[in-house]
Amino acid sequence: MITYLSLFKMRLTQGLQYRVAAFAGILTQFFWGFMYIMIYQAFYQSTNTIQPISLHQLITTVWLQQSLLALIMLWFRNNEIIKLITKGDIAYELCRPVDLYGIWFSRLAAQRLSSALLRFFPILLIAYFLPYPYNFSLPNNFVTFILFLITLVLGLFIVISLSMLIYISMFYTLSGVGSILIFGVIGEFLAGLTIPIPLMPKTLIIITYLLPFRYTSDLPFRIYAGNIAYKEAIISIFVQIFWIITLYIIGKLWLKKALNKVVIQGG
Amino acid sequence: MIQLANICKNYQIYQKKQGVLQAFQSLIHREYKIINALDDITFNINEGEIIGYIGPNGAGKSTTIKIMSGILVPDSGTCNILGFTPWKQRKEYVRHIGVVFGQRSQLWWDVPVLDSYYLLKDIYKVPLKQFKTNLDLLTTKLDLGDILNTPVRQLSLGQKMRCEIAAALLHDPKILFLDEPTIGLDAISKLKVRKFIKEINHEKKLTIILTTHDMNDIEALAKRIILIGKGKILLDGSLPELRQKFTAHKIITICYLTKKDCPIPYKIIAETENKVKLAIDVTKNSISEVINKLSNCYDICDISVDTRSIEEIIVDLYKEYQI
Amino acid sequence: MRLYLQYLKILLKSALQYRVSFILLSIGQFFVPFSIFISMYFLFQRFEQIKGWTLYEVALCYAVIHIAFSLSECFFRGFDSFSSLIISGEFDRILVRPRSALIQILGSRFEFTRIGRLFQSFIVLVYAVYHLNLDWNYLKIITLTAMILSGVVIFAGIFILGATLTFWTIEGLEVINILTDGGREISQYPLNIYPNWVKNFFTFVIPFGTINYLPLLYVLDKTNKNNLYAFIPFIGMLFLIPCLLFWKLGIKHYKSTGS
Repeated sequence: MITYLSLFKMRLTQGLQYRVAAFAGILTQFFWGFMYIMIYQAFYQSTNTIQPISLHQLITTVWLQQSLLALIMLWFRNNEIIKLITKGDIAYELCRPVDLYGIWFSRLAAQRLSSALLRFFPILLIAYFLPYPYNFSLPNNFVTFILFLITLVLGLFIVISLSMLIYISMFYTLSGVGSILIFGVIGEFLAGLTIPIPLMPKTLIIITYLLPFRYTSDLPFRIYAGNIAYKEAIISIFVQIFWIITLYIIGKLWLKKALNKVVIQGG
Repeated sequence: MIQLANICKNYQIYQKKQGVLQAFQSLIHREYKIINALDDITFNINEGEIIGYIGPNGAGKSTTIKIMSGILVPDSGTCNILGFTPWKQRKEYVRHIGVVFGQRSQLWWDVPVLDSYYLLKDIYKVPLKQFKTNLDLLTTKLDLGDILNTPVRQLSLGQKMRCEIAAALLHDPKILFLDEPTIGLDAISKLKVRKFIKEINHEKKLTIILTTHDMNDIEALAKRIILIGKGKILLDGSLPELRQKFTAHKIITICYLTKKDCPIPYKIIAETENKVKLAIDVTKNSISEVINKLSNCYDICDISVDTRSIEEIIVDLYKEYQI
Repeated sequence: MRLYLQYLKILLKSALQYRVSFILLSIGQFFVPFSIFISMYFLFQRFEQIKGWTLYEVALCYAVIHIAFSLSECFFRGFDSFSSLIISGEFDRILVRPRSALIQILGSRFEFTRIGRLFQSFIVLVYAVYHLNLDWNYLKIITLTAMILSGVVIFAGIFILGATLTFWTIEGLEVINILTDGGREISQYPLNIYPNWVKNFFTFVIPFGTINYLPLLYVLDKTNKNNLYAFIPFIGMLFLIPCLLFWKLGIKHYKSTGS
């Protein structure tokens, strides 16, 4: 555990050094957030029918998405790990007395957390002071907020477990930028990052509920915005736990198999 | 052929400070520090010379090369190369020079070497006939025959460097800038590269400006050395001159069993228990006389007389000029 | 031009060395905008129209900007990766060659995998035109072509702007993506769905409005027979001029500091 913690600390100070880059990132995310909001606003103004999610709820989820992008994006490059796999330096990693799955998992978590910590606060703060309806608002009550935090953390575990699978697949494809891109695009679509899940057609909504992707971002953000009731939220937490366990087992087994292959080939 | 006169170049470097507050402060007001990269550089180079342009890192070597190749504009001074002012008539001028940066490649990584050459032919607008003749000549001289159809990424370092040098010569330049051409090469490749440079210089009357840290390169190739330090030219002369100036000293090391109490009229460089190192100026003292005197004072068990290598001379030079 | 084609040839050859990853990346490039278009399609299923524009009209808007973007990414990508040329010192190499720096940078990189994106956008174009039932005439075809060309020119201009900035700083260049990727996403929809300040910014400062919103009004017969709108794309191309001037300034700065 201490190994993981010190890894995380190192990662965070590393990320903090690039202040200008962080600022540019914030500006970019802000722009994107605004753009989505303006497009949704135009759509909402063009109809009289009531939608399954209100515009203001939608705007809240957009700001959460933009500020926590680093936590929810399915594909977040970690060049160190990619190099380890594709250049065959994996041998060094295997010499160390730690569990490879665990150490990579914490590396990825650290990378995502540090990058998110730098960005989420300024974005949400500015968004909070924007005029209605563009503003980001605080949750309705404390319970909602707690449920949001729990689902967000569990969601992070799912995202990292999923991206671990991408990294493990690289043992076989060796570069596979293309397949990763395809997987990433489809995953993000099913997570509701290109179009909000409530606005999808019915059959597609059912499909997204059956897959792990939406439990990473759609679920916590809509809980926060008050678009998902407590009962459904609590059931969803169990679904999240189910996915974490399933993905962990798949990842562990697959990594073991992939490493066997590496060892046989002689690195 | 190459004339540099009173070239000066200053850089402004803004000083970074630690801390968040200071970082914000520097957004509004920055403190600059001016660095004299080049200070009144003047030299002439004649056609067909090979110049060893040496100096420690940060002395101003690459700044000079950049100015001479038209990449950088100096603050003051004039530069006339082949009748051009490099930074003013860049496109016309660079047609006549070839540049090899030892650490970077101008060949395309994933395609056969020959493809890169054909592209360079188009970049430099070399007529096909001339290109073929040059290519044939370079292929034989540099022994490239087997590797021209290999993608660059599969070449060894030595093969790559030979291809790089050929690439810089395809358009018949009159001046060749070589920046660390033997860096990272094994002994055999180094010899091959040096031999080729010598030949091409001889046959084509090519003027070569060589910057390197490898003194063996200098010894094998350069007849003239320009030493630069802290932006100033410290020394400009032929290698034999340099040698004479600095090898007037020989180093005598003796091991002794016992020592008598008598004065020694020579400069002692180092002395440890039972061992002493002396610097002898051979223009004033003959070696036999020195040994005679020493054997009177010491009960000698071993003695060696050394001339200093060019490497050591350069180190001494750097020390002497405090660079 | 001949030299540019030579660069094209040599880089295509390089790209084809890695056949499998080339094909997969192209397919990936197909899916990226495809998912955006699918989302658009679903949104229209739910909302039917956006400020009076139908799905097919917006699809045409989308197709124009994406075709222009994929073409410019394919052929002008050299500028986008310019910072790496500066960092690695490769730019010095470019300056010691007797050709214009601009063409050598253009030739330094092509992104052929954008063919996937181009293909996808083209399908959307055909889909939109098929459903729109427009009265086509020569002027409209010329306008549509000019819209795409002008788009390529504007994106190239922005790439040049971004590249020029690297002469001063290599930090925080991500911001330029607001103009390229952001501009692309914004102008997927006709600009009048946005608040006025956004519309004005992307018409008069970064003239994306001149490549698909304003001329689209003409193509869709929404201009009360005012044919002047047909020629607006040509005005948009003027954007390249200040970009090139800025580039010259950047080169001058580089030659005096050599940073």
